[in-house]
Amino acid sequence: MVQPELLYSKEHEWVRIEGDRATIGVTDYAQEALGDIVYVELPKPGRTVEQFGDIGVVESVKAVSDLFTPISGEVVEVNAALETDPAAVNRDPYGDGWLVKLKLKDSGEAKNLLAPRDYEKLIAE
Amino acid sequence: MSAPASDRTASPLIFELGQEGRATQYVEHGKPLRSFMPEGVLRDDLPLPDNTELDVVRHYTRLSQRTFGIDVGFYPLGSCTMKHNPKVNDALAGVREFAELHPFTPDDLSQGALQVMYELERSFCSLFGMAAFSLNPAAGAQAELAALLIAKKYFRERGETQRDKVIVPDTAHGTNPASAAMCGFKVISLKSDARGRVDPAEIRTVVGPDTAVCMMTNPNTLGLFEERIHEIADAVHEAGGLMYYDGANANALMGNTRPGDMGFDLMHLNTHKTFTIPHGGGGAGHGPLGVAGHLVEYLPTPYVVREGDRFRLDFDRPKSIGPVRSFWSNFAHVVRALAYLYANGAEGLTKVSQYAVLNANYMRVKVAEFLETPYPEICRHEFVASAQQLKKETGVRALDIAKALLDRGYMAPTIYFPLIVPECLMIEPTETESKETLDGFVAALRDIIETAKTNPQELLDAPVTTVVGRVDETRAARQPDLRWRPPR
Amino acid sequence: MYTPHTKADIEAMLEAIGIGSLDELLRVPDELKLRAPLDVVPALPEYQLRRRIEQIAKRDSGVDYVSFLGGGAYRHYAPSAISALAMRGEFLTAYTPYQAEVSQGYLQAIYEWQTYICLLTGMDLADASVYDGATALAESAIMAMNATGRQRFLVSRAVHPNYRAVLKTYCDGLDVAIDEAPLTDDGTTDLRVLAEMLRETQYAGVALQSPNFFGNIDTLDGEALESVHKNGAVPIGVVAEALALAALATPASWGAQIVAGEAQSFGVPIAYGGPYVGFIATTNEHMRRIPGRLVGKTVDSAGRTAYVLTLQAREQHIRRERATSNICTNQAHCALIATIYLALMGKTGLRDVAALNLERSRELATAVANAGVRLRFSAPFFNELVVDVGRPAGEVLAALRERGILGGLDLGRWYPEYSTCILMAATELTTSGEIAKLAAALQEVTRVGAGV
Repeated sequence: MVQPELLYSKEHEWVRIEGDRATIGVTDYAQEALGDIVYVELPKPGRTVEQFGDIGVVESVKAVSDLFTPISGEVVEVNAALETDPAAVNRDPYGDGWLVKLKLKDSGEAKNLLAPRDYEKLIAE
Repeated sequence: MSAPASDRTASPLIFELGQEGRATQYVEHGKPLRSFMPEGVLRDDLPLPDNTELDVVRHYTRLSQRTFGIDVGFYPLGSCTMKHNPKVNDALAGVREFAELHPFTPDDLSQGALQVMYELERSFCSLFGMAAFSLNPAAGAQAELAALLIAKKYFRERGETQRDKVIVPDTAHGTNPASAAMCGFKVISLKSDARGRVDPAEIRTVVGPDTAVCMMTNPNTLGLFEERIHEIADAVHEAGGLMYYDGANANALMGNTRPGDMGFDLMHLNTHKTFTIPHGGGGAGHGPLGVAGHLVEYLPTPYVVREGDRFRLDFDRPKSIGPVRSFWSNFAHVVRALAYLYANGAEGLTKVSQYAVLNANYMRVKVAEFLETPYPEICRHEFVASAQQLKKETGVRALDIAKALLDRGYMAPTIYFPLIVPECLMIEPTETESKETLDGFVAALRDIIETAKTNPQELLDAPVTTVVGRVDETRAARQPDLRWRPPR
Repeated sequence: MYTPHTKADIEAMLEAIGIGSLDELLRVPDELKLRAPLDVVPALPEYQLRRRIEQIAKRDSGVDYVSFLGGGAYRHYAPSAISALAMRGEFLTAYTPYQAEVSQGYLQAIYEWQTYICLLTGMDLADASVYDGATALAESAIMAMNATGRQRFLVSRAVHPNYRAVLKTYCDGLDVAIDEAPLTDDGTTDLRVLAEMLRETQYAGVALQSPNFFGNIDTLDGEALESVHKNGAVPIGVVAEALALAALATPASWGAQIVAGEAQSFGVPIAYGGPYVGFIATTNEHMRRIPGRLVGKTVDSAGRTAYVLTLQAREQHIRRERATSNICTNQAHCALIATIYLALMGKTGLRDVAALNLERSRELATAVANAGVRLRFSAPFFNELVVDVGRPAGEVLAALRERGILGGLDLGRWYPEYSTCILMAATELTTSGEIAKLAAALQEVTRVGAGV
């Protein structure tokens, strides 16, 4: 399941850009591959993150994966609900399972990301 | 305790049993604590249950019956060397002069204990080609840490502080990179070649003036012997680095070949694997650390030295990395290991590795008749099989095979390790198992693979004969419940 | 030899493999062949190997001496039921319980152990054990560094010297600096200086041991705790004599957020130093930083209560170089022994043992004082005390040894200023007769002008 209105990274994160704000999460494909997610470690608000840099980790029962941000910016909000309900990432990766919100640094970076069609191709490989 | 429970009913926690004042009395009653100490430093309550000895005996006997050990059945857990643990080892570890000896007893009144340590150390040096062993580390992982601390100190003293990289093949045990990180080293993961080995040419591309240590095990975790280990060691040494031998798989080479002769400078043993110390459900372990001549001074303190026919603990070793534990060793295990050496001698130990390799290869060819073995060649003490093809055809994974083996009375092999083999089953039969046992296991595994093709659901539902069915690990991790709490 | 194969077995197996001989099976490159015969101890049949090792055991052994040795390893009574249960083969020869469905018994026992440690320390959770008390402290320091992101650690000089030495070994690896808080003249941590140090420097953690190495109660007071909080350091309580937890206010009650301890006292043989069993307990806040295995309670596919290793993603086999620790093997079997000990003793028995330790150590204090030897400190103590013999402690201890007594530890070994002092322990196993014997011998050997 790929959402048409989002942009994607090769590391299977999505970003929704609205003005100078961006919301980030992992894709449905990623949550499926990760399996039951049991814990999500997110950056502290205020931290500046660089495009494709790591911003946290996601744990399933027997695996740990890095989270990378598809775009640079300052963390303005993290999804606190995931602390008690990490399953939201599995249940609703594009909705309740969002990870962080950023204040964008350079919306021009969007050109380094994949359009929905290209991402679909990537995961079909 | 309530009425005798059937096998499948949950066992109550010890905290849910008993009545205050019911505990069997083992010592005299003491006076109230406040007659000795000011009230302010005492605790108010001690919320522990009081049970009779009989209730405690039944409780833990029942828990033991819900636990699978080597004494119960075949335990082909790859990389863990679950072989028979001779009972004489335990008897000797329990000898009063050992079991009741205080670690601060002066050396001249601990001569027996020190001699045991000394004899074991000397035998290890000869068996593995090292100049000295420290018996201090509590487990293999701690020996790795100590070894890397030695490397760090060694390079610091040589003014080579730029050496901050540790090279670890992708088949390595997880402790290797974790230990490296605990010493501030950066880890370089090395890809194995198509034959499952480390390619010396590949090593040459990563070594350099920043190389500190290359950590390897031989045979590696695929059970394959790295025949070109000398070339690898030469490449690392030419770059100025040190070679570390992870001794988790030493059961495959005792009396056959020695890490020291392969060019390793540092090594550890898992005495609890190779030298028949009971694993006790995950410890205590014992991880002797061996070093070549140029690193002896760096070993942890204390080190047992011999002077004439006397022994002493030497704490005064200025170049040492320091102690790694409260006291000197997991001494009861030192006694067990020495007992095992006496039971075998050099010739016996040679046979141990021969039979371990014989058993693994016999199983490998038998298992290959019905399951993919990605490295179809002579292996050492263990081999890997893969359920990748089976999963594609039937949906049955390595995990399901493991659970189905439990239903057939066997411990499951190690699964999903090493990480480079998809749907991996890593099987290590050990030398103490008879041909009949191996044949029985192979037949059970064959039956499971056939069932996968005819009735996969049966395997997805396994295990059904155990005291509980498949355990919900996701729930355990999402809602951690790590202790009992008293009812309010 | 514990191998089963007959000649016929070997031949049949070689044939199945399709190889001619065992030598061929284990062929190695020429340069790796053994060049000389191995020099290991000789093979002996079981009855002879027993004789041999029992004979070595008896060599110059101090095991029958009257002993007042303590210092992190204690002689306590272990009910016979412990070994009868713990030595059952199902427990003894099991591996780490990866396959939960056939390991429910052991997993439940470890869950009980975690609970016992929580109840004793007052903390929220505890791990399935670490190697020993010293490494528990070192691993706790690493937890504090990960929690604070700081690279400097503060430890009281009254913490067991071996624990501090191991802490230093571990910290050297991580390039972490250690400062030591000094002692008062009464054998406790100087909390005023500690507070000053906390005002000046940011620390990852602050560790105090209670009872401390001298046997004295030694905890943060309200003011000191406030300075720890202001600093942002993690307060760590160290426990070398776990029996004290049965009597004393919990480390949680004086502010510890991590408790690092040694549980050898709970039925684990003293065995010349190991194996023992370390524990780490902490608050929920630090749950994901705790090293080692954790057992959790959950359900099986039919909704029945079940136990399983959990939060494994912290550990080395998954997280590799980013794990919370490299620890793999823990001390499960010693933890099992301690759990059974606690179950047998119960609240009543454990309180009794603690009371007897207090009683005997006070009897010891009175006896040595009556023998004319000065108690060095006046702080409240648990089951160990320090006496000043007024001359080099080593000389006095040697003279006691001549009289069949291991009088205690020469404190000069670690504290040059206390080179005339001896650390003595008395437990429930110490008899009045032994105390009288020590007192008489002390009087004799410390008499002014006595040649020792």
